[in-house]
Amino acid sequence: MTEYTERLLTETPRKAAADRVRLVWLVVIPLIAVLSQVYVPRFIPFLAYLELPLLITVHFALSSGGPIPALFYGMFIGLVQDSLSHQPIGMYGIVKTLVGYFAASVSMRFDVQNPVVTFILAFFFYFFHQFFYWVLSRALLGEALGFDAQQTVIFGLLNAAVALPLFRVLDKLKVAS
Amino acid sequence: MDFFLSRYRHLTVLLIVITAQLVLIAYQVKTNKDIPLIRVWAVTAVTPVEQGLELVRRYTWGFVEDYFVLLGVRGQNERLRRENGQLKIENNYLKAELSTADRARALSVFQARSPSRTVAARVIGNGTGANSKVVFVDRGSTSGVESGMAVVTPDGIVGKVVDAYPTASLVMLITDPTFAAGVVSQKNRVHGTLKGQGHAECLVDYVQNEEHVDIGEWFYTSGDDRIFPKGFPVGQVTAAPNGKTFKEIYVSPSGMQGGVEEVLIVLQGVHQEVPGGEVASPAYTILAAPAAPAAGAAPTPEGAAQAVPQPGDLVTDADRLRAIYKEAGIEQKHTYGEGPPGSKPPDFTKIPSVHGVPPPNAPAQSAAAQIQPHQAQPNLTKTVPPKPTAAAAAKPKPVPSAAPAETDDEPASGATAASDQASAPAARKPAAPVVRPRLPVATPSANPAAGPNQ
Repeated sequence: MTEYTERLLTETPRKAAADRVRLVWLVVIPLIAVLSQVYVPRFIPFLAYLELPLLITVHFALSSGGPIPALFYGMFIGLVQDSLSHQPIGMYGIVKTLVGYFAASVSMRFDVQNPVVTFILAFFFYFFHQFFYWVLSRALLGEALGFDAQQTVIFGLLNAAVALPLFRVLDKLKVAS
Repeated sequence: MDFFLSRYRHLTVLLIVITAQLVLIAYQVKTNKDIPLIRVWAVTAVTPVEQGLELVRRYTWGFVEDYFVLLGVRGQNERLRRENGQLKIENNYLKAELSTADRARALSVFQARSPSRTVAARVIGNGTGANSKVVFVDRGSTSGVESGMAVVTPDGIVGKVVDAYPTASLVMLITDPTFAAGVVSQKNRVHGTLKGQGHAECLVDYVQNEEHVDIGEWFYTSGDDRIFPKGFPVGQVTAAPNGKTFKEIYVSPSGMQGGVEEVLIVLQGVHQEVPGGEVASPAYTILAAPAAPAAGAAPTPEGAAQAVPQPGDLVTDADRLRAIYKEAGIEQKHTYGEGPPGSKPPDFTKIPSVHGVPPPNAPAQSAAAQIQPHQAQPNLTKTVPPKPTAAAAAKPKPVPSAAPAETDDEPASGATAASDQASAPAARKPAAPVVRPRLPVATPSANPAAGPNQ
């Protein structure tokens, strides 16, 4: 048995286990995020501003290394969100697909480990998410909803502030798994 | 082509995914159909977890709460703190139990008394989206719940079912910006459309500025929308300023005061009557019947004079005329209804209120009693001067419109519409010696110059 074949035999099960763990995290964390968005504001209404599924999408996109996995990940989270709302399925899906794609594209050009860059990106993508969702609601569904830019900016800053520790925790979890 | 796809692979995939979702949305919007498979999967995956979390919260929250309470009293004596903690745990537990029991009892009593067929449900989660006001309840299509059913509490309406899944349903609250329902006000029966605003208060739209709505007035469902049965309370008016075209009536929803925990889904609605309220601003005043004369009162001229209505007496024109003619009959010792046909009637030309002079044999007190009402309300009562000649009387007299109180044949302003119509023929027949005594008339308005519409 050569050194090469020995390495193949030992690494294949390890890689399979790592893939399983990765798959679980890919499914479980978005579900937890969506669930917390559904359940937590019932008791702490102030936390309704927190867009955890978006932050999870941005984090995954920044660390995925490629736009295609990121856009599919965003689409998955968005469709789950859509299915728990009373809007047609696809509204959040489109928005989060774009967020995933653009965030992954940005991660190739900037140092996304820098906290300042992370903060700015989280704020920008929150604003982009809310604004694009509002545009889609008006354009595709014809809903006469208002867009409160000031409130969106404030909530964007709060989400960006939450994103910093959240991304750090998610990075540690990823390394540990 | 291959070069293009490999060069712009990421962009191509993005466009395909976005286009696919756009087609999905277009299909849903155009056909007004949903994609039930995805929703059922997601809801079925999420709601059991929510129900579990809710169960755990209900049984653990009291203990966690007590833990934080105990942190605040750490400095107290250890023994007292333990006893206090025990009592608080027990007290909170019992309070929670009592509150739950009260709510459940109120709900069951309402459910039993309501003619509509309902099913009780518990809120287990919120919907996604910052602007949307939707919640999940733990009753679904297996319990008979269907999309479009009304959701109420004993205090008022809560929302409507927008999606029904096997184990849960999605309820759009009345505060959602896309919510609408037909409502009617309790007192003035003003119809409008209730719309959610995305915050705690709702707007009743399409009510003309001319309609009258009071602050604090209740709105009920009108049954026009075919979702909410008629007669369910909606809320009280907090403000009702006039808008550009319609009133801006803000209503505080009564069904959502203190949050929504347990609700009733109306499986089969039955219309009920909107509870009656007082009429806020009637266009007319109904006068009370005249008081019966005191038993044993002597039919003397003084007594008759007292029977002449005083200002403010709630009597009709016919009663006043009757009293005056009765007085004339008593003075001339004539009893109405007696004597053969063709016998001499009383001399009605001596009726003091007709000619403005007291009869020569009438006591001074009686004359004073006759004149007093005229002095009290000069604009409402006026004696008719005698017509000097037939030629003068035959001349048509113009009816001034600016000052009706000064005319002879027109009633004083503020008189009822019936007396207006009664006086009109007299005004058109100047030659006829018709005499219409001018009498004080109780008006709905204190202002004598006010018209009948006011």
